[in-house]
Amino acid sequence: MTPSTRKIVTFEKVAKHFGAVKALNGVDLHVDRGECLGLVGHNGAGKSTLMHVLAGTLSPSFGTIAVYGEDITSSYDVGVANANGIRCVFQELSLCPNLTVAENTRIFHPSLKGWGWKRRASALIRTKLDEIFPDHGILPDDIVGDLSIGKRQMIEIARAFTVTEAPLNLVILDEPTSSLDAVTSAQLLDYVRRVGGEDQSCILISHMLGEVLEYTDRIAVMKDGAVVANRSTKDFDRDSLVKAMGNVVEMAEIQKHEACERVRGETPLVLEAATDGADSVAFRAHKGEIIGLAGLAGHGQTALLLKIYDAATKRRPDLRIDGPLALVAGDRQTDGIFHLWSIAQNIGVRSLPRMVKRGLIDPLAETALGEEWKDRIKIKAPDMNDNILSLSGGNQQKALFARALASDASITLMDDPMRGVDVGTKLEVYDLIRAEAEKGRTFLWYTTETDELKNCDHTYVFREGVIVADIARVDLSEEIILQSSFKEHA
Amino acid sequence: MIMLAYLTSPKFLRSALPGASFAFLLLAIFYVQPNAMSYFGLNMMLQYSVPIALATIAQMFILTVNDLDLSIGAFVGLTASIGATLLADTPLLGVLALAGAVAGYALLGALIHWRNLPSIVVTLGMSFVWLGIAVLILPTPGGTAPGWVKSIMALQLPFVPFPIVAALVIGIVVHLFLMTSSFGVVLRGAGGNARAVGRAGWSLLRIKVLMYAAAGLFGVLSGLSLIGLTSAADAHIADRYTLYAIAGVILGGGEFVGGRVSPIGAVIGALTLTLTGSFLIFLKISPDWQIGAQGAVLIIVLALRALIKRREA
Repeated sequence: MTPSTRKIVTFEKVAKHFGAVKALNGVDLHVDRGECLGLVGHNGAGKSTLMHVLAGTLSPSFGTIAVYGEDITSSYDVGVANANGIRCVFQELSLCPNLTVAENTRIFHPSLKGWGWKRRASALIRTKLDEIFPDHGILPDDIVGDLSIGKRQMIEIARAFTVTEAPLNLVILDEPTSSLDAVTSAQLLDYVRRVGGEDQSCILISHMLGEVLEYTDRIAVMKDGAVVANRSTKDFDRDSLVKAMGNVVEMAEIQKHEACERVRGETPLVLEAATDGADSVAFRAHKGEIIGLAGLAGHGQTALLLKIYDAATKRRPDLRIDGPLALVAGDRQTDGIFHLWSIAQNIGVRSLPRMVKRGLIDPLAETALGEEWKDRIKIKAPDMNDNILSLSGGNQQKALFARALASDASITLMDDPMRGVDVGTKLEVYDLIRAEAEKGRTFLWYTTETDELKNCDHTYVFREGVIVADIARVDLSEEIILQSSFKEHA
Repeated sequence: MIMLAYLTSPKFLRSALPGASFAFLLLAIFYVQPNAMSYFGLNMMLQYSVPIALATIAQMFILTVNDLDLSIGAFVGLTASIGATLLADTPLLGVLALAGAVAGYALLGALIHWRNLPSIVVTLGMSFVWLGIAVLILPTPGGTAPGWVKSIMALQLPFVPFPIVAALVIGIVVHLFLMTSSFGVVLRGAGGNARAVGRAGWSLLRIKVLMYAAAGLFGVLSGLSLIGLTSAADAHIADRYTLYAIAGVILGGGEFVGGRVSPIGAVIGALTLTLTGSFLIFLKISPDWQIGAQGAVLIIVLALRALIKRREA
């Protein structure tokens, strides 16, 4: 075998742009035969996009993909990937819940047809499940929708390793252990290691750094849509891996704001919440503070914000809130804007009681409020009575901020509001938030961008729905957030 | 003991519900009118179940891929009108017209998939198109059903009445195709998780076209079997079938979304709906109440299903 054919897949300068967002920005990567490659990086570093490109479900904007040294970028799609034995276990499950385990196997293999297909499909999936997860307790006739999420993931993984007509060269596992318990995770990783010796390759994407360090041969670290480190696993340890993932850009802002840092507890407590779990840190916010909610996506940050928002109208025993609330939604298209309304109406909706005159909304007051905030937050619109959809994404988000800030709310909840917003807008909004905090407003800010946390007085780090760390601004660094975001042991 | 646990498990209760509601209604009829418990009694009560069952199966194909067909009643009316005019007078032209109607359905499926349109809107619009064409073909009620259609529907089988045998055959044939064949799995999978099926390399367009074509074919069969019973046609003959068909699928254990359907259940659902009408006649209640009674049966069965589901959770 020549050296070039040892490389199953080679990516050269692969880029994928979604509009202005550069999800992948020139990735160079290859996978050797029989190798287990670990892929780590932050949320939004581009790992999942890269895997979608590799699986053929997304086509790259630029760059070349070569399989066994042959450039097949132009014709690359799901079919070509399958024909070359490249399989992917996606993060979001791709089983049909209304079908049985055997039927789901059949969907995956066009050759399982004709008489006795059900028997063959059952045998195929049962053998593979037995091989990877002994004592799995799954029957081929079980309806997938009736099974637990962990079992579904086991089926999905086992199915990716089944072989009929097409060869199997490379399996991509995207967060495979996220729904598996410790025992089944170990079974899977042992299996991956075993087949690695048998000339099958594997890409393991995981936030569990322990398992990546223990089970892979080589680790590629991604950041901002590019591979920033790519070395043998032996050359990494936990700390150097975290450092490679992290962002060491210091913001000059920090120094500037340390000066005005208040001593905690000087201002009255406005919000107190307990999260589940015995060893959880209590969540507290004082008047005039900006509180950051950090950690990996989906570890309970949004849930806490919604719980707090819920508590504003319903009394809850585990929450104490002092003052009216406003929420700035992150997913502005579904939770934020009213698509059919004007910009001014979208801003005014949170402040309606103030604008009522003789039982009706006073249009003059509404327009006045809109104009006021157009200047204060610099919304780029010719007329505030234009439809909200005439604005760019960043300006729509500004309108949502204006909605919260124009209201009487003394506490503002922000659910990762800067998604897909350009840098200029971000900086303007940061200034506004800090200015409002100076005036005594409190902000709870969930963000997936570590840089934004540097605007916060205190940062709570979430892991599996529990607050695991409370970091003051002086102690804040990406490293410390990553360290507490990841489990000590996989 | 294990047997008892199985018999009271939500899974079993759920699958037994359509059959049980049918049996319950049938026993109630036999109690009120013991004479109905005969070959001719059953034949009479259930004769209209054949076209309804066929329309229900047509609707089920559409529901399998998470769409809803609001035009099946009008479409059955159209095929009945074609059957009683063109097919009887110039058979070749009639066959071509019916084939064209099926092709129209298939095209609709392609359009809905291609432009990602809401099926409810498209089929609601199409229901007026089908009705309009039917009125053009047959402006006033009339026409004659072809002799062979009439003789099939008038078939006298030994021991078991024809409608029951026909319903069984329809249910089993569709079950074999959709529930047990390897291709049927892919079709149902498209309702459960279309993206996964697409990723596995199957053409979702082909699946949708096929399902709509199958629905069209069963709509044609429904229309023909209907005029076999009535001898003549009317553009409005099957207006109620749209709702019957939806109700039949749901009564039979199907769901509006998620590709969960049961052909045999759907046929039983259609039989149950037909029986409800007969039950009212035996109780000497005006047929005006028929649709209300059918609605009541639907609500009761769905309530029972919700109860079972709650136990599952």
